Amino acid sequence: MESDTTVQPPKTALLVLGCPQVPVQTSIALYLVSRFKKAGITPIIAGNKAANTLLVVADPDRHYLGEVMDLDRAVAQIMEKKRDFDRCFVFIHNDAGISYAATMSAISKAKLYVLVYGEHQEDLVQQITFPCTKIAAKAVHNPLPLKKAIDEVAPWAA
Amino acid sequence: MGCVEALNYEILIRDASFKECREYIRGHFSESIDVEPGFKIFDVHTIGVPPIAVGLDGDFVIFPYTKPCHGTFLLRVQDAEEAARLRALKKGLK
Repeated sequence: MESDTTVQPPKTALLVLGCPQVPVQTSIALYLVSRFKKAGITPIIAGNKAANTLLVVADPDRHYLGEVMDLDRAVAQIMEKKRDFDRCFVFIHNDAGISYAATMSAISKAKLYVLVYGEHQEDLVQQITFPCTKIAAKAVHNPLPLKKAIDEVAPWAA
Repeated sequence: MGCVEALNYEILIRDASFKECREYIRGHFSESIDVEPGFKIFDVHTIGVPPIAVGLDGDFVIFPYTKPCHGTFLLRVQDAEEAARLRALKKGLK
């Protein structure tokens, strides 16, 4: 009997960044990147210029970060069927974040997770009606409540 | 990938929610079409919670444009060709 030796490509996780005005985003993004890499999942960051630059400057030797891409380009590539991802994590602390998450839910085949944080996280969670795994905490400056919520779900192990 | 800056647009409302934009279009324009997220208008993929309302007013196309840090803008752009394309699409959907 022949054994199945097909090599599967590594799984991918797209991290969709929101506006970086809430400090926990950059910290949690780096944390997730680290956890995914340890789990053998390739993380890809997609954000606007400010959100991406905060990460790139903080990791000049690229110990953590891999691919970092423009958010509009990521949306275009998924729409044009040039690319898709296994998992997608959308950072949400405002209405625009919900719009991006709903868009990812509609256009991507990825399993969708939303990370909801900031002062208005409870209101934002109630507005999310599309299928996804919700991870939420009232975190603004201190990332630990959101980190704890993420650890309970352990999306790198799912 | 298109850039909205290449369009000669007028901003009708700024820093709005997706819901406010949808309600504004339905309340202010007799003609509109609902599209899904990612639908391309001009050269821009629309971002939002479905259904995304797009208004039509003569040769003008009115559509939401979302930026992560500035919420959603409602833009009005004059383009007879794009308005005709959307009308034809609407007809096909009926």
